[in-house]
Amino acid sequence: MKKILIVDDEPNIVMALEYTLKKNDFQVFIARNGEEAIAIAQDKIPDVVVLDIMMPKVDGFEVLNFIKKHKDLNKTKVIFLSAKNKEKDIQKGLDQGADQYLTKPFSMKKLLQEIDKQISGK
Amino acid sequence: MSNWFILAIILIYLGFLFVIAYWAERNKQSKWVNSPYIYALSLAVYCSAWTYYGSVGIAARSGVEFLAIYLGPIIAAPLWVIVMRKIIQLSKLYNVSSIADFISLRYGNNRSIGALVTIICAISVIPYISLQLKAISETFQIITSADQTSTEGFIFSDSTFYIAFILAVFASFFGTLSLDASKRRKGIMFSVAFESILKLGFFLAVGIYVTFFAFDGTQDIYNQANEQLDLAALSSVGGISGGLNWYFTIVLSFLAIFLLPRQFQVSVVEFSERTQLKKAIWVFPLYLLLFNVFVIFIAWGGMILLGNQNFNPDYYSLLIPLQNGQNWLAVLVFLGGFSAVISMVVVSTLALSTMLSNNLIIPYGFIKKFTKNQSVKNEKYIKNIRRVSIFSLILLAYLLYSFFDPNVSLFAIGLISFLIIAQLAPSFFLGMYWNRGSSLGAKTGMIAGLLICVYTYVLPFFATVIFNNPSFEDLGPWGIETFKPYQLFGLDVLNPTTHALFWSLLINTFLYAAVSVSFKGNYRERNYGEMFVNSEQVVAMKETAFVWKGEAYVADIQQLLIRFIGEHRAEKALRIFRKRYHVNPDEKLADARFINFAERLLTGAVGSASAKILIGNVAKEKPVSLIEVLQILEENKETISSNKALEAQSKKLMQLTDKLQLVNEELQLQDQLKDDFLDTVAHELKTPVTSIQASSEVLADGEDMPFALRKQFIENILNDTERLAILINDILDLEKLASGRVEIDFNVQNIVLTAQKAIKGVQNLANKKQVTIELKTKSDSIEAAYDHHKMMQVLTNLLSNALKFVDEKVGEIQLDISTQDGMLMLKLIDNGKGIPDEDLPHIFKKFYQSKNQNLKKQKGSGFGLAICKKIVELHNGNIYAEANLTKGACFIVELPKNSKT
Repeated sequence: MKKILIVDDEPNIVMALEYTLKKNDFQVFIARNGEEAIAIAQDKIPDVVVLDIMMPKVDGFEVLNFIKKHKDLNKTKVIFLSAKNKEKDIQKGLDQGADQYLTKPFSMKKLLQEIDKQISGK
Repeated sequence: MSNWFILAIILIYLGFLFVIAYWAERNKQSKWVNSPYIYALSLAVYCSAWTYYGSVGIAARSGVEFLAIYLGPIIAAPLWVIVMRKIIQLSKLYNVSSIADFISLRYGNNRSIGALVTIICAISVIPYISLQLKAISETFQIITSADQTSTEGFIFSDSTFYIAFILAVFASFFGTLSLDASKRRKGIMFSVAFESILKLGFFLAVGIYVTFFAFDGTQDIYNQANEQLDLAALSSVGGISGGLNWYFTIVLSFLAIFLLPRQFQVSVVEFSERTQLKKAIWVFPLYLLLFNVFVIFIAWGGMILLGNQNFNPDYYSLLIPLQNGQNWLAVLVFLGGFSAVISMVVVSTLALSTMLSNNLIIPYGFIKKFTKNQSVKNEKYIKNIRRVSIFSLILLAYLLYSFFDPNVSLFAIGLISFLIIAQLAPSFFLGMYWNRGSSLGAKTGMIAGLLICVYTYVLPFFATVIFNNPSFEDLGPWGIETFKPYQLFGLDVLNPTTHALFWSLLINTFLYAAVSVSFKGNYRERNYGEMFVNSEQVVAMKETAFVWKGEAYVADIQQLLIRFIGEHRAEKALRIFRKRYHVNPDEKLADARFINFAERLLTGAVGSASAKILIGNVAKEKPVSLIEVLQILEENKETISSNKALEAQSKKLMQLTDKLQLVNEELQLQDQLKDDFLDTVAHELKTPVTSIQASSEVLADGEDMPFALRKQFIENILNDTERLAILINDILDLEKLASGRVEIDFNVQNIVLTAQKAIKGVQNLANKKQVTIELKTKSDSIEAAYDHHKMMQVLTNLLSNALKFVDEKVGEIQLDISTQDGMLMLKLIDNGKGIPDEDLPHIFKKFYQSKNQNLKKQKGSGFGLAICKKIVELHNGNIYAEANLTKGACFIVELPKNSKT
């Protein structure tokens, strides 16, 4: 079972994501902010991280940086899922090393496709 | 001490002065010779033997009165610099070499005025020089009479004559090195500065000796003086009459510092650069102050030690060391006094001889002759005239000195000198600032002032002091009381000197002004009048400032220049002139600029009046109308003013550009804020929309979903929809408030009721969280004018915020209502997690996002506080959060009770 980490501070969004991913046979972990995300990622070594950018205290970019630097996490794929939808935001996200960038509001189907693509691309 | 010993010292000292003056002339470029301190110290030529000995005398006779003579220059030092700048500017431009030249130039190179000023100066200065010689001979006598073997007066009187003769040689040798009298005499000035140091040094030495060695310090002198002397009379000014006398004496000394020929020589003719004035403005007053520090102590000391021995108090500074056997100190004091005499005599005779030659002898006697001679011969002639003048002046002073009654005090003669020279003041000062002053007015004023001086001071002075006949002074001529010389027209509050000064200056000024207004001067006077008054422009315009019409040939004027300043200098000057104005060397006819240029060159050599005559001889001058004179200055004024206007315009433009830039930056900032706002709004809206979309998608796909979960998703959708609705309302509200489209509906009502209502609105939420909300108020009814709905919005917002941040069960919220100085104070205090200090300045900003744009703001502090702020501001109130709280948050709303007004 592939492991997915959801990082978002909006409980309602997290709830919908968690339900859908579990239904599609993923093992789901949840972090409500950047700090939690780093702790859980180190511990659980997820295959994919669905990462929000704007969060209190530690933002999505810092989490991404951490993942990129951590040698245990070199196979972990990162998908940004953010309300920031400007061209320069997306470019920045990809430049920093994210594997995909999806903007909010998003389609669940599209997200699932992307996750599959990232996992099979291994 | 023996005569010969003192004479030997005098000769050695004079020889030494010759050497340093010679050295300075030979090393003109040395930084020592050109130091601005030399200029500042040479101004101290003001302190003659009159200061050196006379101050002590007057302090002993009449107390602090001596100070007035030195206070004038000290008080006036700043003003002195301002006026002096103008005088120097003009003098340097026109090669002025004396005060007579300066005044005669102002009234259109007027020959008779130059002569009159010269005569007034001579009347003033010659007795003054005599006074100096008297001081030498008397001090010589005092210092040698200690030696009982000395023979009677024969040698001493002879020696004074020889000393005078040596001074004349000194002055004529170093004073006439250059033909151009407006050239600086560095050698003489260097020795004068040196003597200034010596006289001050030796005077301070004797002051210290008397105060600290002959007595036990100032306190000791004071105590003894208190016992033996009438101190009250010596140290008071003496009522209104005394005050007036002080005032006029200060005026007198202030005038003297400008008008005395020797002061004009050292401060104007010897001036070379601006830094000199900067130094002089503090060095000279300081010098005068130092000079007066010990005067009173020497005077009192002398009165205590020698008061009963019938000595002349003028010479206490010499007598005290002699009495105490300090012969060497006495010799030094004598040399100090001698230095004061030398510098005064040398500079005065030098200045006076220049005036005599350039303003009296040459223009009235020799000018015709000169125009026929060759230049070498002319130069020799002019120099010889000056040398002869120097010798005759000193001889004249010597003769006058031998008639002096030895009982006449130095101070009294000094005052006559000041009094007479003060008669130049109206023509001199007013002429520089009033363009209407005419030569006739100047002459009338000066002559009248001089006559009044003679009548009210000099005549009774001679009658009483010299001829011992006091009846004239007491009774007036033929016994007419009104005309009593010391109390003219019954004016009896002034002492004789200030009385004479008052009447002479009053009538002098009045006649000068009245005659000038009644009879207009000729065009030439008006031209120079305009030029003197507008000296700043004239300096910029140089030759073009003077209007001249007529016919003259360049060759004639060139010939004239060669004759007076030599072939070499004339050629050089001509080259400079042609270069400056781009004049064609083949031009045969001279224009106004050339005439003016030539006149200035000649002024330095033969004085302004003669220069005019010389030019007049070779040029056919046509009268110029006043309009033409004024026009040229007006034109220049116009250029200057239009330049100024242009400058102002460009300055304005630059300010506008700056402003524009600021506005632009502000606009950019606004734009940026707007962008940020839209971003924030979009983000805030997207969050519930995303949630709604995701939840709906899940529901749509989840036919097999358990009922409880389904219900939860539906509830989530409902919550997010509500959140979206609130957000949209907030955003619209804020925009309405910010753009000023909202009317505030002011009504006088009870704020307590409004607060209760607001609390009621959030009570459910509070109950759910088990949080208490307490309303604290002193009265149940506090009336104020405000918009009920808007204020409800504010309070609800603040309360909801507080509810969000307090913890469940332990949360406490308190709303405190009070009044203070016509203001309503609403305090909302909670015990929640509070606001970080770094966020405090920003929480009310419309669309603030913290610096790191990816960090999310605290939930709930979105638009609510910005709306509150807007509403409170529209009530002319103020809202803020208190800083530095250890726990919880405290928001304060201040509203004027009657905010409409």
